[in-house]
Amino acid sequence: MVLGSYKTAICARAADQDILAKSQDGGIVTQLFAFALEEGIIDGAVVAGPGDEPFKPEPIVATTRAELLEARGTRYTICPNMSMIKEATRSYGLDKVGIVGTPCQIQALRKAQLYPVGMRSVPDKIALALGIFCMENFPYQGLEAMVEDLCNVKMESAVKMDIGKGKFSVYTERGAVSQIPLKLTHKFEQGGCHVCLDYVANLADVSTGSVGTPDGWSTVFVRTKVGEDVWGKAIEAGYFETKDIADVKPGLDLVTKLANEKISKNQKTIEERAAFKNLRNPYL
Amino acid sequence: MGLLSYLKEIFTGKQETPEGPKAPGAPAAKPAATAAPEKVKVAEAAEAKPVQTPADVKVEQKPEEKIMEEKPVADKITIGHVHMSGCTGCLVSLADNYEGLFTLLDNYADLVYCLTLADVRDIPKMDVALVEGSVCINDPHSVEDIKKTRENATIVVALGACAAYGNITRFARGGQWNQPQHESYLPIGDLIDVDLYLPACPPSKESIRNVAVMAYLLLKGTDEQKELAAAYLKPLMDLAARGTEACGCDLIYDVINQGLCMGCGTCAAACPVRAIDIVYGKPQIDRDLCIKCGACYTQCPRSFFNFDVINQFEAISEAIDAAMGKGGE
Ligand code: SF4
Ligand code: SF4
Ligand code: SF4
Repeated sequence: MVLGSYKTAICARAADQDILAKSQDGGIVTQLFAFALEEGIIDGAVVAGPGDEPFKPEPIVATTRAELLEARGTRYTICPNMSMIKEATRSYGLDKVGIVGTPCQIQALRKAQLYPVGMRSVPDKIALALGIFCMENFPYQGLEAMVEDLCNVKMESAVKMDIGKGKFSVYTERGAVSQIPLKLTHKFEQGGCHVCLDYVANLADVSTGSVGTPDGWSTVFVRTKVGEDVWGKAIEAGYFETKDIADVKPGLDLVTKLANEKISKNQKTIEERAAFKNLRNPYL
Repeated sequence: MGLLSYLKEIFTGKQETPEGPKAPGAPAAKPAATAAPEKVKVAEAAEAKPVQTPADVKVEQKPEEKIMEEKPVADKITIGHVHMSGCTGCLVSLADNYEGLFTLLDNYADLVYCLTLADVRDIPKMDVALVEGSVCINDPHSVEDIKKTRENATIVVALGACAAYGNITRFARGGQWNQPQHESYLPIGDLIDVDLYLPACPPSKESIRNVAVMAYLLLKGTDEQKELAAAYLKPLMDLAARGTEACGCDLIYDVINQGLCMGCGTCAAACPVRAIDIVYGKPQIDRDLCIKCGACYTQCPRSFFNFDVINQFEAISEAIDAAMGKGGE
């Protein structure tokens, strides 16, 4: 199953206009963490906060709604959220930690829970793991080259970046949009993504992404008992607007199609690597 | 609820669960063939079937097997803690499980040897030896003891980085004199065959707990539990086979140079001495700080990632919690 196991799939967006305002799509991650924080389900969450360069996120442990709001929006570069996971439990002393991550980061999290050799006080304190869909990712310098060299936009003047409909788009503060075909961005992808076999964060409690639902909405998979519990409570409390995923276009068919594309492409890379004597397969 | 019935319920109840990308080449097959399990004395285990099971056999057979937990005491495994040249931090980490330690000792394991906690002088026969510390080869007693450990234990675990890699006994920092000579301290794998590594300085209490529960299942469980435990333990066996040296550089050689790093930052979190920063999406290692504990590489999701085990994280975590008398639904 390329979409992983899940209990329900929903089309949703945050009910809170503040959150929705600067979020990438449906504001699911920010809204769900904000709810979990209010309810005491988590004491804080590792999220991608603002860094010292434009569009270069740094992981932070957010313990307030304001800090969560700071972290809205997608930046198409790596934010090493897992690097803060032990910091959250040991230095911040949190007992119930939330974390958001790409599929690979959620994989790292689950491995850290089952094989926690260097993860003292982490495994039992993960209260909510949110995953975001991910096709591939760019190192910061790669992103910089795409934006500045190919799109001709200064990093400082970009306000939003977006991938969709086969294009990479950069929006500037003066309202201009600069687009390049996604094809041109492939060479800037980080190599580690090419062996990645997870598109929709199969191991998260709840995973979400824009693919499959109309603009301004997000696709949400609720996967685990933990996820089901939190999601159920948030819906009950009116934190999300939802639609039946079967009624929206393009729907799960597109998610499945893209997941299949990613997995078969990368599976092929793994097979090709096997032809070289010394290239490891991490999944063996 | 007992661990076995709980696990059984979980792993036999959901035949349709396995999903997600299945790792090519079925990892569960091999571990049974390594040194450990074939020396298992199955006499007292309920069924005398060899541990070896084909990897792709689905976990689904007869729900009515022997319920062993009715007499848990008789079916405990025996564990010893063998203290070589280490700082006792690994033992403290084990003890850090608090009530969990008692649960382990009440239900699953007898501590038959432990100079710190049990009054036994000679290394007895045991199922699992947890060896802490490297071996000072200038001390004939230590050399004797490690050999005896190998002879008497079915499974030898290098508990912690000193036993596995030498760690601080070879790479202590701070300009102190090396007394006696640091070149005398060998990882146990340089003297004997080691079945399983649990690296890091110290390995977390939770990791020791998980391995103890899995060792119990490997030796005393039903066929399907043995299969799960073997699959779980395999990467740690592979680490033992990988060699007796570790370094933050392993990330460079075996992850980054392999084109596998994706910048998740897990290695930085795992490092006990904060020798790793993630700089522009890759780990940057301060080699002067590195104590060669192996935590970063072990913890990296691109060193090993066994889908067949980790995809079941929810069920396994629940089962371990239940085994330790925690949580529940
Ligand atoms: S494609 Fe995979 S490896 Fe790359 S960032 Fe996304 S989830 Fe991680
Ligand atoms: S844990 Fe592994 S994949 Fe993640 S940043 Fe470190 S070396 Fe890279
Ligand atoms: S870099 Fe840190 S975690 Fe890695 S081996 Fe060195 S001390 Fe251990």
